[in-house]
Amino acid sequence: MNTIVEARFLGPDTKLLRIVAPPIARKRKPGQFVIARVHAEGERIPLTIADADAEQGTITLIVLGIGKTTKLINTLEAGDCLEDLAGPLGQPSDIQNFGTAVCIGGGVGTAVVFPIAKALKSAGNYVISIAGGRDAASVILENELRQISDEVYPTTDDGSHGFHGLVTDKLQELIDAGQRIDYVFASGPVPMMQAVAAITARYEIKTGVSLNPIMVDGTGMCGGCRALVNNQTVFVCVDGPEFDAHQVDFDTLMLRNRMYREQEEASLDAHQCKLEAHADMRRA
Amino acid sequence: MADLTLKERLNIPRQHIPEQDPQERVRNFQEVNLGYDEETAVLEANRCIQCKKPQCVDGCPVLVDIPEFIQLVVERRFREAAAVIKKDNTLPAVCGRVCPQEVQCEATCVLSKRGEPVAIGHLERYVADWEREHIGIQIPEKREPTGKRVAVVGSGPAGLSCADDLILMGHAVTVFEALHALGGVLVYGIPEFRLPKAVVQAEVDALDQFGVEFRTNYIIGFTETVDELLARFDAVFLGVGAGLPYFLDIPGEHLNGVYSANEYLTRVNLMKAYDFPRSDTPMFDMQDKNVAVFGGGNTAMDVVRTSLRLGAKRAVIMYRRTEAELPARIEEVIHAKEEGVEFMLLVSPIELIGDENGWLTSVRLQHMELGAPDASGRRRPLPIEGQTEEIPIDAAVIAIGNGSNPIIPQTTPDLEVNRWGNIIVDSQTMRTSKKGVFAGGDIVTGGATVILAMGAGRIAAKSINDYLNHPDVW
Ligand SMILES: Cc1cc2nc3c(=O)[nH]c(=O)nc-3n(C[C@H](O)[C@H](O)[C@H](O)COP(=O)(O)OP(=O)(O)OC[C@H]3O[C@@H](n4cnc5c(N)ncnc54)[C@H](O)[C@@H]3O)c2cc1C
Ligand SMILES: Cc1cc2nc3c(=O)[nH]c(=O)nc-3n(C[C@H](O)[C@H](O)[C@H](O)COP(=O)(O)OP(=O)(O)OC[C@H]3O[C@@H](n4cnc5c(N)ncnc54)[C@H](O)[C@@H]3O)c2cc1C
Ligand code: SF4
Ligand code: SF4
Ligand code: FES
Repeated sequence: MNTIVEARFLGPDTKLLRIVAPPIARKRKPGQFVIARVHAEGERIPLTIADADAEQGTITLIVLGIGKTTKLINTLEAGDCLEDLAGPLGQPSDIQNFGTAVCIGGGVGTAVVFPIAKALKSAGNYVISIAGGRDAASVILENELRQISDEVYPTTDDGSHGFHGLVTDKLQELIDAGQRIDYVFASGPVPMMQAVAAITARYEIKTGVSLNPIMVDGTGMCGGCRALVNNQTVFVCVDGPEFDAHQVDFDTLMLRNRMYREQEEASLDAHQCKLEAHADMRRA
Repeated sequence: MADLTLKERLNIPRQHIPEQDPQERVRNFQEVNLGYDEETAVLEANRCIQCKKPQCVDGCPVLVDIPEFIQLVVERRFREAAAVIKKDNTLPAVCGRVCPQEVQCEATCVLSKRGEPVAIGHLERYVADWEREHIGIQIPEKREPTGKRVAVVGSGPAGLSCADDLILMGHAVTVFEALHALGGVLVYGIPEFRLPKAVVQAEVDALDQFGVEFRTNYIIGFTETVDELLARFDAVFLGVGAGLPYFLDIPGEHLNGVYSANEYLTRVNLMKAYDFPRSDTPMFDMQDKNVAVFGGGNTAMDVVRTSLRLGAKRAVIMYRRTEAELPARIEEVIHAKEEGVEFMLLVSPIELIGDENGWLTSVRLQHMELGAPDASGRRRPLPIEGQTEEIPIDAAVIAIGNGSNPIIPQTTPDLEVNRWGNIIVDSQTMRTSKKGVFAGGDIVTGGATVILAMGAGRIAAKSINDYLNHPDVW
């Protein structure tokens, strides 16, 4: 069960994993995610279903190694298995023919954006994709996006690839150039989504964001993923993860995502040695 | 001892169940109650006067034949005693531990009128533990396979008992569970120190051995819908529990350090956060902290006692009525007090206050008084104008109950639910508005008890069997 059939790095810390999960592959709609566990003592973490092949019964996850669980996942190779995989979870994305849609991904957020950009394209939109990263290496899925978008703009903070600047700078440039935009979808670090929302609010462009709170069960049972949207408490795993960007309280989300900062660092340190041992074993 | 006189029986004092010393147990997660030994169990069983019209039985929601199993304990025929209990109760090792006996079987035991009732729960636990430890969980004869297939959704007490009965009737049963572990609230909610995971696992293992198929990580509604299940199963039972935590709807609930009881207990029990960083799931560091728990039920007691075990300096139950109205099992309240839990009564939180980094620092409480009885017959708590108080706390846990999870109703449009989202069933048959679909347990009643969920699962199993025999009659 949950056997990995393909595993390759897309960037320094970003790995693509294709996994056998026929029921999930069959049912999944763009915008939905899975909960995964790597081993029996492992934590449950949410990961977007970046792509799926119903016929082959596989789903694709793209994982950015930032903490102990994601780094551990990124040591897995074809032939390895995940301990648990549950999904598809969450409400499917709001896919309509808006006209022109700009899809903005920051870092691994591009993995969240990819399936939605693809679906928006199939729904008849003119799709402009902006994929941002710190540097050239952290811009992911650029080629994949090219196949399903009408225009693609990689952006980098350091100018090493594509547009020199933030994704929001590129968005502003498009707007200033008179590009007609009917819909924006964004996913990435919270400050990035907040900045996108601030811009599109000014121009009254309908905007969706996919939120990434800390989750446990992913089924609405614990309330740990709660966020404030339109001043109401929502459970992101069952009510979202996609929400109207102009109604999201990003500041609260940002503070809540820092809840376990100290423990996470401690646990990453504890795992670092294990990870290295694991890597050595693989090389041997 | 077999032929004691009535007087001699009445003179035996109720046998206390040995338990871990409070000072000791607040530092570990092992079970608090240690269980009777054989002699104590037999002595306690001898207190039962074998009433001709046993009122204890009327107090048990599933009508366990209490005098009969107790008589078998007197005769040390434990294997048969277990079989007698299991005619009516498929999870005696669980119920013996967690039933609110003081308002059920033991409340109606005649001895409670003049002194202390027979310790029916402790005896039930003894018998069930004896069976599991000495001869393994015994499984009755299975009927000839019927060729019918039933999907059971949810592996809490309702689902497990329904699966148990259905497999005995010869039907093929598959249990679908959303989480990675089986047992529902029994594994993610009720802590190890009250209900060891191994006890629940043994029940699951027995069902597994008996041919029940289990699929974990399978969310009905998402991984497969109820309609899709109906295409490959002859009937579906929904025992999905009441897992959607209520919040207080007061300012500050988004602060870090504020948990729902479900999240708190899930992190500690299911994800073993108490063993962090050996296990990967982190938890708020309770060491030397002040913890407030809002609520007064079993869940609140489980959270507050867990907090002490995680190292909290001060763990306080904040409840809006008085001690007399606490809905928790009496034993849990006693144990909590022994362990050093503080009780603040007649208070209700009105605001959670935090610092600039989003961390909880205090709670503002409204003092309450009891007014006239409300619909439930309990006196309604009313705020005392102008009397509020701010208390510094580091963590707060909200344990005020659960609503119903929206996933199944949202994905099953023709399934009727009431305005709280509970599935509507015919109480005799557990049939829902949708043909071939049955439901029971907390998803129907709202948060209730293990024994009621188990009872509902069994009624549903019988009714499903009837339906499978006469599928035209709905
Ligand atoms: C619906 C959803 C979809 C997601 N999709 C993807 C995806 O496709 N690919 C991907 O790489 N990541 C995705 N994430 C984020 C991913 O779940 C987190 O990166 C992961 O849980 C971090 O675990 P860790 O143990 O590796 O790091 P930790 O040690 O737990 O955390 C390291 C850092 O990440 C932050 N963090 C912790 N948990 C989360 C979280 N759930 N979301 C955001 N930040 C977090 C911490 O505050 C800390 O700064 C998604 C999150 C959600 C909610
Ligand atoms: C902390 C706590 C302490 C308690 N203490 C006591 C006590 O001492 N005594 C007592 O009698 N009662 C107690 N209760 C109440 C008791 O546990 C519940 O009434 C009982 O467990 C309800 O059983 P159930 O089978 O209806 O649901 P649950 O036990 O909730 O099980 C439902 C299961 O269904 C799964 N599920 C949900 N949705 C889906 C889906 N879509 N697809 C697949 N699976 C799904 C859930 O993950 C869960 O495992 C306590 C409850 C809590 C929370
Ligand atoms: S099942 Fe519960 S109520 Fe019934 S006899 Fe056993 S302990 Fe008492
Ligand atoms: S009511 Fe009490 S004494 Fe009478 S049979 Fe029941 S347990 Fe025994
Ligand atoms: S992750 Fe538990 S309710 Fe959303």
